[in-house]
Amino acid sequence: MVSYQKFTLENGLRVLVHEDHNTAMACVNILYDVGARDESPEQTGFAHLFEHLMFGGSINIPNFDTELQKVGGENNAFTSNDITNYYITLPSSNLETALWLESDRMLSLAFSAQSLEVQRNVVSEEFKQRYLNQPYGDAWLKLRPLAYQVHPYRWATIGKELSHIEEATMEDVKAFFKLHYNPQSAIMVVSGDVHFEEVKALTQKWFGDIEAGEKYNRQLPKEPAQEEIRRETTWAEVPLDALYMAFHGPARLEEGYFAMDLLSDILSRGSSSRLYRRLVKEGQLFSEINAYVMGSIDNNLFVIEGKPSEGISLEEAERAVWAELEVIKSELVPAAELEKVKNKIESTNVFAELSILDKAMNLAFHELLGDADGINTEVSKYLSVSAEEVQQQAQAIFRPENASILMYKSKEEEAVHVG
Amino acid sequence: MLDRTKAPEFREIGNISLKEPIKKQFANGLPVYVFQSPEQELVRIEWIFENTYLDGQIENPLLNSALSALLKEGTNTMSSAEIADKVDFYGAFLVPEYSFDVTSLSLYTLNRHSQVLLPLVKDILTEASIPQQELDTYLRNNKQKFQVSIQKNDYLARRKFYNLIFGKNNRYGRTPKLEDYDAITRAQLIELYQQEIVPSNCTLIVSGNVSDELLQELEQIFGVDWKGAAIDSSLNGPVLAQGSNDLVYEEKENALQSAIRLGCQTIGRTHPDYPALQFVNTLLGGFFGSRLMRNIREEKGYTYSIGSAVATLKHTGFMTIVTEVGVDVTHATLTEIEKEINLLKTTLASEEEVNLVKTYMEGSMLGSLESIFSHADKFKSVLLNGMTLAYYSYYMEQIRNMSPEKVRDLANKYLDFDAMVKVVVGKISQAESVHQAVVN
Repeated sequence: MVSYQKFTLENGLRVLVHEDHNTAMACVNILYDVGARDESPEQTGFAHLFEHLMFGGSINIPNFDTELQKVGGENNAFTSNDITNYYITLPSSNLETALWLESDRMLSLAFSAQSLEVQRNVVSEEFKQRYLNQPYGDAWLKLRPLAYQVHPYRWATIGKELSHIEEATMEDVKAFFKLHYNPQSAIMVVSGDVHFEEVKALTQKWFGDIEAGEKYNRQLPKEPAQEEIRRETTWAEVPLDALYMAFHGPARLEEGYFAMDLLSDILSRGSSSRLYRRLVKEGQLFSEINAYVMGSIDNNLFVIEGKPSEGISLEEAERAVWAELEVIKSELVPAAELEKVKNKIESTNVFAELSILDKAMNLAFHELLGDADGINTEVSKYLSVSAEEVQQQAQAIFRPENASILMYKSKEEEAVHVG
Repeated sequence: MLDRTKAPEFREIGNISLKEPIKKQFANGLPVYVFQSPEQELVRIEWIFENTYLDGQIENPLLNSALSALLKEGTNTMSSAEIADKVDFYGAFLVPEYSFDVTSLSLYTLNRHSQVLLPLVKDILTEASIPQQELDTYLRNNKQKFQVSIQKNDYLARRKFYNLIFGKNNRYGRTPKLEDYDAITRAQLIELYQQEIVPSNCTLIVSGNVSDELLQELEQIFGVDWKGAAIDSSLNGPVLAQGSNDLVYEEKENALQSAIRLGCQTIGRTHPDYPALQFVNTLLGGFFGSRLMRNIREEKGYTYSIGSAVATLKHTGFMTIVTEVGVDVTHATLTEIEKEINLLKTTLASEEEVNLVKTYMEGSMLGSLESIFSHADKFKSVLLNGMTLAYYSYYMEQIRNMSPEKVRDLANKYLDFDAMVKVVVGKISQAESVHQAVVN
């Protein structure tokens, strides 16, 4: 149980406070309601580049990191397709420093040309390190546009291509800041060894006079229902073939989301899960296989990815996956198996409560979804899912016409076959 | 009017207080350390074994990592599937871990389920059967993973680096080749299991909500009839040998980035200078505000990340500097790293910078003590080196006593770019390599 109190400043900034005095640390987490889905198709990767720029100095404070390190704090951030999330952990006695720093960069950045220049390079290197210079690193750059044809989830947070990052201008940066970085689109959570009244007073002090800004109205194109199976084959310098299967599924707040998530647990969570047992251990058809739900706010993907064992073709491997999916579509999940995945949800939830940072991030995300208390009520939603609902989800999701299949083939093997 | 240019007042970071464990010893001699936190619903129980090696073999870490992975893949009474089902059903996590010096099995569970799970762990520690079929599956899958790993420049650089700084004939420096997997036999693993997974080679660390009942259960199950041959205490440490300091360059024709790794063997935790060396390392490359990060990422944009670390092992310590950079700036990065190391040795850091690193390290220590499990982890780290929690008071004192002069002196004593092993896997572009001294 994560208890919290909430208040909203006049400028629209929502603030949640969770006290946990088992630690001497405090955490300040700020979620901005902007992600890669809010980018224009001609300027992808921008939300993430912008995240880097948020550390390049603000209007009154030239060096964010140094000021934080001086008081014993650490920080980082991540960008997803849905959100951009910044967090600081520091000794709670220096909480005010975190609020000073965060409020100044919410007020305005310094918009330093040097920072833009350098971070364009840093992000380009990140693009290479994670996506281009890694075996299978570009699989998602191919899978997303296959599965999504209209919705901006069709590009990855890093962007469609390096050139979009390389061509970002200071004007773009300023416009993006104005549109997305204001109190109305932010949720701040302060957790740890802190006191509600003190947080409230300090928040008012540092964030109170920031202008509300204009409200951003998100209007994203809705992904139309997929009507036929999509297939793509790609060849790369990798030692083994890999199979990626993506299916559309309910959005985060839609009916059926929790049943879909449990479905992925039944198939793939832990070494007792079905795909691992049947396809890796018993069938020896795969050397590894995983199934998971993206957890996106809009139209979700249910993904199955694996590497077939030596001598097993991608076609055979795919057939074996479909056969397992047919089983879960046609037969109700036994009660004990369903209970097993629910038990894991429950215990994982207890583990997540050990960390003030995890709690702060989760509170912010649930608040964005509409109700911070979701952090406490979500487990019961999982527990109330029935075997029939899991089956319904399986039947709705695992249809060929709902599938996008990427066959990622080893060039070495192609050479052997051709030669 | 609020003055936003002025930082709020800084408050000193208070002293850290580490939780001391309650030490017990079970009837069979098994040492037990208990970290109590009754408000938790969770408990973590760790069985930690020091790695041993089979007679007549050069230290082969591949056997230990295989043993660790196969521990829970079957016992004389339960199959791999039954074990997995039971652990998952109770929402628990049973995690075998392998590192250079120790192999461990950790059980994370809600308190109310420990009773059903402890007999299962006992079965694993005393009756593991390491079925041939499970071994075959493990080897097949790991050979596949290995083939993927060796496509990664970073992985290749790391292998080469370990070979060079420790030498190839010991647990730290010996890295696997594909054919090494085929040489593993079930008989070897069973022999290793019988000599290593025994109470005289085990330490039990229990943290979280540790009730009296749980301790009694643990004693009944693991403290009385669990026996095994005593470990030969005359086991020698590994024979270590640092190799050449010439740049080792492995070219990858199509690389977009080069993986760079440099470093050397150095002092370990038991040496009195270790905390101070940690300090110098932090200032050089150990955090986001470090010199390497500021220069090579934040000023030049050569990389997404660069960092350095000083780590301790049971029998030695080592320092490493790691990055992946654009191929066109590979040589320039090496030059900058050399410059930064030499600067530490010749020019005094400012008081301001030294103070910043002090505060950062104090905050970082405080932040690393989040839950009872982190207190247990701190204890575990020093236990391997035969030290006590007093180490951390000494560590904090040493950090607080650092000065620009000490940083310079330590850098002169322990950092020598020329003597470091240097590995590059990727590409040094033509234009750049004109000035390259040694490429082999």
